[in-house]
Formats: sequence, structure tokens, C-alpha cells
Amino acid sequence: MAKPLVATGHFTGCFGCHMSILDIDERILDLVELVEFDKSPINDIKRFSRPVDIGLVEGGVSNDENVEFLRMFRENCKILIALGACAVTGGVPSIRNTVPLRECLQEAFIDGPTVVDGKIPDDPDIPILLDKVYPCHEVVKIDYFLPGCPPSADVIWAALTALLSGKPLDLPYEMVKYD
Amino acid sequence: MAEAHSTLVKEVVEQFGADRSRLMDIARALHGKLGHLSEDIIGEIADALGIHRVEVRDMVSFYAFLSRSPKGKTTIRLCNAVVERMNGADEIAQAFEEALGIRFGETTPDGAISLEYTPCMGMSDQPPSALVNGVPITGIRKADVPAIIDAIKKGGAVQSLPVAEIELNLRQSGPVIFAPMDRGAAVRRAVDMTPDEIIATMNTARLRGRGGAGFPLAMKWDFCRKAEGDAHYIICNADEGEPGTFKDRVILTEQPDLVFEGMTVAAFVIGAREGFLYLRAEYEYLLPHLEQVLARRRRLGLLGENICGREGFNFDIRIQLGAGAYICGEESALIESLEGKRGAPRDRPPFPVQKGYRNQPSSVNNVETLCCAARIMEKGAEWFSSIGTRDSTGAKLLSVSGDCERPGVYEVPYGATVATVLNMVGAEDAAAVQVGGPSGQCLAPRNFGRSISFEDIPTGGSFIVFGPQRNILESMHQFIEFFVEESCGWCVPCRVGAKHLDIIFRKILDGKGTRADYQQLEQVCMTVKTMSRCGLGQTAANPILTTMRNFPELYDALLQSDDFIPSFDLDKAIKEGCEITGRTPALEEHHV
Repeated sequence: MAKPLVATGHFTGCFGCHMSILDIDERILDLVELVEFDKSPINDIKRFSRPVDIGLVEGGVSNDENVEFLRMFRENCKILIALGACAVTGGVPSIRNTVPLRECLQEAFIDGPTVVDGKIPDDPDIPILLDKVYPCHEVVKIDYFLPGCPPSADVIWAALTALLSGKPLDLPYEMVKYD
Repeated sequence: MAEAHSTLVKEVVEQFGADRSRLMDIARALHGKLGHLSEDIIGEIADALGIHRVEVRDMVSFYAFLSRSPKGKTTIRLCNAVVERMNGADEIAQAFEEALGIRFGETTPDGAISLEYTPCMGMSDQPPSALVNGVPITGIRKADVPAIIDAIKKGGAVQSLPVAEIELNLRQSGPVIFAPMDRGAAVRRAVDMTPDEIIATMNTARLRGRGGAGFPLAMKWDFCRKAEGDAHYIICNADEGEPGTFKDRVILTEQPDLVFEGMTVAAFVIGAREGFLYLRAEYEYLLPHLEQVLARRRRLGLLGENICGREGFNFDIRIQLGAGAYICGEESALIESLEGKRGAPRDRPPFPVQKGYRNQPSSVNNVETLCCAARIMEKGAEWFSSIGTRDSTGAKLLSVSGDCERPGVYEVPYGATVATVLNMVGAEDAAAVQVGGPSGQCLAPRNFGRSISFEDIPTGGSFIVFGPQRNILESMHQFIEFFVEESCGWCVPCRVGAKHLDIIFRKILDGKGTRADYQQLEQVCMTVKTMSRCGLGQTAANPILTTMRNFPELYDALLQSDDFIPSFDLDKAIKEGCEITGRTPALEEHHV
């Protein structure tokens, strides 16, 4: 039987959740035995080569490129997991939701005290910002949510191994309690 | 200018004895003179009271009627409660906006008029209604708008307009509340008895609180009386803010003596020297009349020293005005407000009967309950318990509004069925009835055989009728919006949960909801209901929960069979970003 395929994606976040994936330490060797990674920043594969079994997405949705890639993940992943606070709720980047987009850009690129000859970037190569930062589940159907900032390596490990083995996921309270 | 204000603040603070617990009155008085309470004034008040400015800002920022930024000389607060919107409030809103050239939430450029919305102001029997600088106007039609604006511009004499005539709408009086009374009879009877005998009488009458929860009055007074403290207080809760309720307005207009009579009896029982009537700001227009009634009672020896000749029975009543906060109808929030703080509910226990106003034993009673108590003193416990049912003695005042021929106040013996009431009010074709306001339940025609009573449908008295032409779930959504607005914000399940109810429910109403959304809505309802700190949050999900139970077909008709429908709308979300950068999105299509 072919190994289950896993893909990971990163949107508007800090890469902390991916650091947490790596933080499973030497268990990554076990994981590589269990699964094969397709598109992921970990192996730098940019595009899906085929549909995968599990997708893990980090970060909220703040621009058109995020939307495109999140939809691509949904299309290509049998199971899609929102990984970490930003994917689940929008997280820290969504603090900007309290300020209108124009004011944000105005402050960052025109009025900021260190800005010289400011201009709001409009290069066609950079993604267009959305009015707000959205959690992933408002854009596509999300099957599972792993909260945490970041979720610990143990949580990620437990979730992945439970899914792969078809066993129910049992996360002790201490593992998902963050205050 | 600043110094003049500083002097004014000092004067007002002195007028209230530099008493921190009178902060509400101080803030109201200064707001009345200055039009708003700026950060500077807040600082001045804090200095004059010797407290931190955060305490003042905390209180001022809480209440809808206290503004921290300049407003127009006149503020029109149009009521946007459910019944008002059923009767054309949206159209009236539009007429005001067009006539003044501003939107709600804005002020005319000349600083003359501000437009604001306000939740139910106790005039649902004569909608649409509004408050013009505190003066209620009712039954507004589109054609009245120019005359109202004209009167304001000419110096604010809206009092003389036909719309300023408040209808009493007492449709059915009865033996308990609205029968003629013999002023002072209840108090004279009380002082001839011992407090224990009076409690025993209330016990025999089986009088239960009329606010909705139905706590036995005898037990409340007994707990309060026996609780140790430096002082005991009787507080009358006249903050009826439950949308669709206005029976206290009618009581306070017609029978204020009976209310004060009940408070005086209570004072005698629990040993209070001081009592408060907490009057919602929307009823400020009743204040002069109520003060007159109090003055007359003082002159007649029914308030003051040695009441009814009883040596040592000294008691008086002060009326405390609120400032626009639904939550202050909750007794512990009311007490906080009475102490001049923001109206955030307290943790219970200790209950107010143990530690209430100023942390002393306090009995908080509904206006109607106190009237019943006075009537029991006058006519006896047996008489009272012969009306109504075994567990719900006496009669209940219903505030009937919505789609019926005769909206108004009805005194109905407990045990009356919903169908009986519908017949009485001229609403035989009702498609739904909201009993007990948004925090109560929405009943379908198959539930109309149920009875108004503590054992079946307890209610504070709000009775809103929906005719067959109404979109019931849209009205339920307006109730949810009301809770979002009125949540005090203290606890997450209520503050955040109510907002989520709003969002998910809206999605379903817009025809974008799936079964999964429905299940999620149900789950959030249960979280809000079971995890919230006070009654507001615990009942905030009721409009949804009771319609899920009684009107499942309405939800079935709206839910989509899709697995998932995003609430996200890319075109809408990217519009602003495109406008700012002058770009167009070039998205690859990856449909789900």
C-alpha cells in the first residue's frame, strides 16, 4: 500500500506552526516512514503533484493569493486541518481587522514616521490585500481544527497519528489548554 | 471656558454631597448642561470626587444616554425595537435621514440635531416611537417628520405636537392592580401588624415576583429581614427594558401610590429607612409626576418620620434615574448602577438580600410585585389567592403589542391561555406570539393552548403578536441583535457568543446556511445559555432555541443541502484593496 500523502501550506501567519511540525524532533523519521510529503514549505514543493490525503494549513487568509492557495488545498486534500490560532481564528494578523484597510496602508506606507516618499505598493507581483483577515473555515470547509499558538509538536503528532491509524483522537486537556 | 466648566463640575458634585455613589446623578446633570461628557470633564469629576478618572470613564462609557463626544443640541432617539420595525420604524428612519441629510449615528453640520437608535422604550403599544431629548413621541407617521423637525428647530417644543400625546392604552383593568385604592390603607394595616405577621400574610397569599423569575416574595423579605447589616434597603425595579414591556409605565402613570405603598410596607417588614425606585431613563418624563406623588405622601405622613403615627417607623424614597442600559433590569446590575457604577451584574451568591446596595441586605422587587403586596395588605391573602391558579396566585399584567387590534395593558388572571388572550386583544389569526420578550419564548399556534403561569409559561408581561404576514425568524434575528448590543461585555460566552449567534443565524436567513451551520448554531446557543454569567446571556439564545423547537419548518425551508457554503465573499473582500491600489485580481479558479 502506498504511503498516505501529506501536504502543508502557509498563509498569513508566522511559520511558527511549521516550526512546531519540525519540533516533533526525531519522530519526523517515524513520520517519514508513515507518510510522504507532497506540496510543503518543508520540502519546497510549490504545486500539488497529485491529490493528497491530509492537508495542514497554517495562517489566516489576508490576500487573494491566500484565497487561491487555500482553495487549491481544499480541492486537493481529502482531509483539511486548520493548524494553529491564525488558521482557526485569524490570530494576531487579524488585529488589523479593527482598522480599515486604507488607514492601515496609509499609516504603513504614507504617514509612518520613517516613511520617505511614501507610496502604497501596487506592483502586480504582490498579492492584493483583503479588507480583513479571515479564518480558513469561512473560506473553505475545514474538517479539523488544531488550536494553539503554535499547537505543540505533541498535539500535531497525536492528531496525525490518530488520523493515519483511524483511531479516535484523544487530546488531554493539558495539551490544548493555552492560558 | 475650561474654568467655567471646572466651577460647574464642582457645583454639581457638591449638590450631590460629593458622594461617589451619586455619580450617575452627577454625570446625568452635567450631561444635561454640557451635552456630552468630554475627557476633561471626566477628569474634573474624578478630581472633585477624589477618585480615579478611570472609574468615571468606566461608568460614563457604559450607558447609551451618556455621550463622550459632542452631540447635537437635540438628540432624536428613534426606537428600532421589533414591534416598532413591524410598524414602519425603518420608513420613519429614512424620512428623518432624508429630511436632515444625515445618517443615524451622525449630527447635522450646524450641530442642531443628532440621530440615534434606541432599543424598546416602553411604547410598543403605540409605535413607532422616539425620544426627543428625553421627551417621548409616539405613533409617528411619515407625514409627522417635517413638523417634528420644525418644532425642534424652533426651540424644541415637541411637547405640544400631537405625537407627544402618550396613550394610556389600559385595555383591561382588574381587581388587583388597577382597582381604585384607598391611599394609605395598606401602610396603616401594616403598622398594626408585626413584620412576621406580614411575611406570613404574603406566604398565605403565595405571592411570587412579577419580573419573570417568580421568586416567592415572603421568602425574599424574610431573608432580607433576617440578614444582618448596618442598614436594609428596599429597591423597586422600574427599569422595565424587556422589549415589548410597558406595564410599569401604565402602573406608574395610573397607580404610583400603590407602588410606593408596597415599598413602604416592604420597608416596615425588612427594616429599611431608605428606599429607591430605579426608573429607566426612557421614563424620565414620568419623574415630575412621581415626585409630586412622593411629596403628597410625605405631607400625608405616609413617608418620613413616624409613618402613620408608628413611633420609629422612618422611611423615605428616592427616585434614581438610569441612563439607558437593558442589563440594569437584572437586580445586581441595577444595584451597581444605583451605586453610580457601570451596570455589570455581580457574582451570586451573595444574593442582594444578603449583600445588596452598599453591601447591605436589600430587597429588589418588581413594580407590579410591590403593587400586589400593597393590595394583599388592603384586601387580604385569601382574597388574593382566590384569583389565579394554585402555584400562580393573583393576576398578571400583560403588555400586548404587535399585530393585534387592541394593543395595550391587560390585567389577566394567572392560568389564562394564550388563545384567550389573543381573542381578548383581537388577534385570532396570530401566526406566532413572543411571550416574555426576547428572553422568553416564541410560541406557534399549536402552543396557544398553554397558559400564562409560573407552572407553564412564566413571563414578565411582554406579549408580542406576529400576524401571518410576518417573517418570524427575521424578527428573532432582530432580538439577537438586541442582545449583542445590550450585552455588558463582561463574560465571553455572552459577549462573543451572542455575536456568533448573530453571524450564523444571519447566514441561515440569507439562504446560505447548511445543516452543519444549523448544528453549529445549536451548539453556540447551548454554550451561550449554559456558560453566561447572568440572565441576559443565559436567555439570549432563546429566540433561536424556541423557534427551533416550535417552528422547525421555518428552518427546514431555509437550509441548503450543500455540504458547505462559505460565508466569505471574495468580490466583496477584495473590493477595497483593489480600489486603493487600482488593481484587478487575477485569480486562478479552484472551485471547491
